[in-house]
Amino acid sequence: MRRLRRLNPRTVDRLVGGLIWAAAVATLLILLFVIVYVSANGFPRLSWGFLTGKPQNMGRAGGIWPMIVSTAAISAMAVLIATPVGVATAIYLTEYTRESLLTRAIRFGTEALAGIPSIIFGLFGFVFFVVYLGLGWSLLSGALTLSLMILPTIVRTSEEAILTVPRAYREVSFSLGASRWQMVTTVVLPGALPGITTGVVLGLGRTVSETAAVILTAGSALHLPRSIFAPGRTMAVHFYILAREGLSDNMAWATGAVLLLSILLINVVINRALVALVRRRAVR
Amino acid sequence: MDRPKFEIRDLSYYYGSNRALHRVSLEIPANAITVLFGPAGGGKTTLLRLLNRLNDLVPGTRLEGRILLDGKDIYSPDVDVPALRRRVGMVFALPLPLPMSILENVTYGPRLSGLKNSKRLLEIAEKALRGAALWDEVRDRLHEPALSLSGGQQQRLCLARVLALEPEVILLDEPTSGLDPISTAKVEESLKALKKNYTIVIVPHSVQQAARLADVAAFLLMGELVEYGPGPRLFTRPQDKRTEDYITGRFG
Repeated sequence: MRRLRRLNPRTVDRLVGGLIWAAAVATLLILLFVIVYVSANGFPRLSWGFLTGKPQNMGRAGGIWPMIVSTAAISAMAVLIATPVGVATAIYLTEYTRESLLTRAIRFGTEALAGIPSIIFGLFGFVFFVVYLGLGWSLLSGALTLSLMILPTIVRTSEEAILTVPRAYREVSFSLGASRWQMVTTVVLPGALPGITTGVVLGLGRTVSETAAVILTAGSALHLPRSIFAPGRTMAVHFYILAREGLSDNMAWATGAVLLLSILLINVVINRALVALVRRRAVR
Repeated sequence: MDRPKFEIRDLSYYYGSNRALHRVSLEIPANAITVLFGPAGGGKTTLLRLLNRLNDLVPGTRLEGRILLDGKDIYSPDVDVPALRRRVGMVFALPLPLPMSILENVTYGPRLSGLKNSKRLLEIAEKALRGAALWDEVRDRLHEPALSLSGGQQQRLCLARVLALEPEVILLDEPTSGLDPISTAKVEESLKALKKNYTIVIVPHSVQQAARLADVAAFLLMGELVEYGPGPRLFTRPQDKRTEDYITGRFG
């Protein structure tokens, strides 16, 4: 400390500035490397037939259409189940109750849940949804399991987003005769929407890329699922099996590229939509 | 004199163990401007916020005594609080337009009570904005964000938003504290015009403003009501030494 204090603050400033800059650039480079590496290996093998075709010979050839469908179905269902429950929990915690034993228990619970490895969720989903409820290996079992997995993320980001809405807006709303629910729907939710969406997108990303929990609950059937009670194989699972079992590195990379592309697409589209929405609503 | 709009009887109020108001009894006449003034921490804002039960939102508080609106206790358990707040509107110290358009801000209250007819809403908005002396400045830009207005305009918008509720009472908590003198004068003019139809209770931001506006004035000091009476009398011949000291600028 003494030595540091003797250093010229300007020098320290430059030094720290350089280090921080280096860290930021390193992050960017690593990210770029992963994207470029996956793309370079995957994109040359992408084709219309790959996207719309059925896998052949256990995935050594053919396409991944069933995996795209399974991924979309499981992720959409998981998000549709988890979002209302998660946002409602966040609203309850922030707007409908004061700090109490119950709120502390819920917060502790969500935090603990967020730290549990996904394989444990998978095991629970297998025991509870697949076996006990008799849903079998199915898109529904997978979606229910994933919804439990992303619930804590959605609760916490929603709660944080809701808390950023100024208290004064709530008072104004109440002072103009709003009931609590009217206040929540007209002031809190619109203000918190960007943050809530961020949480939902994070959750969506996790459902798209999850493998362990999905194998245990939705199975890894190669054919196109005909209903939500049918088993299915998501792209991430397909990638894992192709690579793990040495079936086809080429097909694995191509699947990885599609996976990467879809996650980028989800982020870009939702970000654009949010920016447009916020611009329309607010300031100057 | 007619029956007072508000009768405050032996009111004490506590934040935790902190006493903010001590045995305040006061009558607020209808169709007049009542001014609650005094140094900071005297309980003016608290008293104001009790009149439309906005302090219900603050945890750990306790109320003793009674507040009657048209003879009915507003703290009795069967009171519909949102309905009470529509009858007793509030303008805050800082202009707080909601992040919506100008029109959406003004029609917020009526829309909450279920009014959807856009023609009717527009009529209400025009009337309210005229009442707050803002119509001419915003008539061509009703769909712009309310936050694009200047501070003074925003505060008149907040007044218009309350007027759109067609309340009986308007509470104002230092409504001009963030405004320049010209905007302040405009707001004061609006208030003087409005008292024909409304009961107005205001916490002014200065003694001068208190004296300019008061039909009835109440001087609050450290949670106690020191003196209250007709404004012109109170500001020229205060009965209590503490009131005199305060309005002549000896403390505060």
